[in-house]
Amino acid sequence: MLEQIEGSRAVAKAVALCRPEVVCAYPISPQTHIVEALGVLVKTGELSPCEFINVESEFAAMSVAIGASATGGRAYTATASQGLLFMIEAIYNAAGLGLPIVMTLANRAIGAPINIWNDHSDAMAVRDSGWIQLFAETNQDAVDLHIQAFRLAEEISMPVMVCMDGFILTHAVEEVDTPSQGQVDAFLPKFVPRQVLDVDDPVSIGAMVGPEAFSEVRYLAHAKQLQAKEKIPGISREFELIFGHPAGGLVNGYRLENADTVVVAMGSLLGTIKDAVDDLAEEGKKVGVLGITTFRPFPLEEVYAYLSEARRVVTIEKAFAVGMGGILATDVATSLNRVRIDQYSVIAGLGGRAITKASVRSLLEDAIDDRLEPLTFLDLDHELVEREITRMRESKRSGPTAENLIRDAQLKKFSRTQRDG
Amino acid sequence: MTFQPIKFYQTGSFVVGNRLLGENLRTVQSDIARSDSLTLGHRACQGCGEALGARYALDAAMRATGNKILATNATGCLEVFTTPYPETSWQIPWLHSVFGNTAAVATGMAAALRVKGREDIRVVAQAGDGGTEDIGFGCLSGMFERNDDVLFICYDNQAYMNTGVQRSGATPPAVRTATTEAVGSHPGNVFGQGKNLPQIAMAHEIPYVATATVAELHDLEAKVEKAMSMRGARYLHILVPCPLGWGSDPSATIKIARLAKETGLFPVFEAESGEVTGVSKIRHRLPVESYLSEQRRYAHLFKPVENREVLDRIQAMADRNVRRFGLLEEEVANNTPREQ
Repeated sequence: MLEQIEGSRAVAKAVALCRPEVVCAYPISPQTHIVEALGVLVKTGELSPCEFINVESEFAAMSVAIGASATGGRAYTATASQGLLFMIEAIYNAAGLGLPIVMTLANRAIGAPINIWNDHSDAMAVRDSGWIQLFAETNQDAVDLHIQAFRLAEEISMPVMVCMDGFILTHAVEEVDTPSQGQVDAFLPKFVPRQVLDVDDPVSIGAMVGPEAFSEVRYLAHAKQLQAKEKIPGISREFELIFGHPAGGLVNGYRLENADTVVVAMGSLLGTIKDAVDDLAEEGKKVGVLGITTFRPFPLEEVYAYLSEARRVVTIEKAFAVGMGGILATDVATSLNRVRIDQYSVIAGLGGRAITKASVRSLLEDAIDDRLEPLTFLDLDHELVEREITRMRESKRSGPTAENLIRDAQLKKFSRTQRDG
Repeated sequence: MTFQPIKFYQTGSFVVGNRLLGENLRTVQSDIARSDSLTLGHRACQGCGEALGARYALDAAMRATGNKILATNATGCLEVFTTPYPETSWQIPWLHSVFGNTAAVATGMAAALRVKGREDIRVVAQAGDGGTEDIGFGCLSGMFERNDDVLFICYDNQAYMNTGVQRSGATPPAVRTATTEAVGSHPGNVFGQGKNLPQIAMAHEIPYVATATVAELHDLEAKVEKAMSMRGARYLHILVPCPLGWGSDPSATIKIARLAKETGLFPVFEAESGEVTGVSKIRHRLPVESYLSEQRRYAHLFKPVENREVLDRIQAMADRNVRRFGLLEEEVANNTPREQ
């Protein structure tokens, strides 16, 4: 059914259609609207049978999901940012135990300085945990990926995280085609757990494993991710047959044919990039876009297949490895290690800084003219940064960075108004 | 013919032999058909109080529920010594997640059972004192506050034994641990810190809170049985001596647990909805030295010179417990060594 709906509410509806049996809720922006909506659905009985549990922390949220999943219940929760970090021990544990929990990650920056706005630092912090990570470009994507997430998680018995950009998607009202219960039931079979706590067939789950077999257990987690990579395209095709529109998959290409320059990105940022690329196409510039839908497992071969003919690749991402550079860019570079292609890594949109079409366009023009630095921080205020670096060089006690920057920025603004006035 | 009074308990132990009791009064442990939830072959140290406590409690819970128990376990000695690869000692469904989340994992287990209409199956969560009082405290308090249908058992050996005997929030004052060494002007753990988890549990007004020791099997089993007859959050705090960490003789585990109670240092009681409903009275009150001197973790209080001041402070703690919980029978109270 087509409707104008907030992203969070659309996701809550989609999750409810997947008949989760245990939903745990702990508030953190920008994820809260999702669990709030689910709480209403459970209270009114629209989602039944389901236990909606208000827990005391994100660590407890994931832990309740672990207990529920190991007892054969379909378990769901949602979080973001600091909340994800607070539950990180349980995140690794859920993956290590191979429990098919589904979680929404409403992507948000990580402090300090505290910042509630969108970037992908949270998702990147757990990229090596063993969770499957899917990234939604639109709210329609977010709805569709959640339905596919339960199917995928339960087929391979691994947890799946659906990443959707905080505020940009979670709080955006746009048209979404919400599926029917019949469609979801046809697509998502009843949960048959691979392992379950059963009084008639007792097992120990979470036993200790030493050097004798730890490598094997960890390798099996990797093997499951590789298995997921094989299953995802099939799940995506089957989804399209039942729901009538394409969704999911490993990667999604746009204007890739004969593209000299290809931009790689994840999440809602793809929309802005596509708009910029459309403009460049009108000027005869051959720029294509490769959206990464499945970030873990990383589709190395597919990325290679789409990018190996390009002259240059520009990866734009909303997170970075401090002291190193782009994270997605590094993965893309691994895909392309057999070919010689100019690669540019762009870090953009940290902590919710708007990524405008104009900025994207100008950086792509620089790339096309081979003027772009290998590592670029888009729209970075170099003056502000330089001033703080100088201060730190001059004094051991230069003070808190965030406060210094705020003061400098205000001074800058003041002198500008003085000048202009 | 003169009558000689027969004592129905073994001298010094106050334990009634099962052979003197009717079938229905005998312990679960004396039953050949007990479930052996935690079976032989595990790697606990000789004389491990926790291994005893876990078997006693779970076997009692199994009998009380018709063998319908799911157990979860915090990281710690119990988890490590029962499941070293490639073996497990658990004969019941058992889940270990991480150190600090056991109560929340149990909440999830109970929630899944409720959704599936299998509330005949009950959930028991287990942790040591660190996993209960320190790192697991947030999740435990949350579980209590929601009144989830879980029996949480703390096997309290008063320090982090699995990592090599470091202080926890349950370590008593003056105790020597690897992080409260018996050096300096105030050797051992400090006074005035730590927390009383049974009383904190009572403050949540959950249906049932009880303490027990591994020395009194009947009492422990009765409390487990009572806990399993109730719904909602229940908390059982069992004192389990640790020969390794306490520096005690492995053969003295039961004796030391009994002395903890008989000196008044570990009050054995039960409470419902926040009110104390029963107290296990002290049978023969003993000075705290009789308990402390059995353990090398207190050796610095006796050698090279007796530290009277600290011993008096520990005695005062026991006296306070006696007053607060009414641990003495009136007639016994009159001739106890230290009660004024």
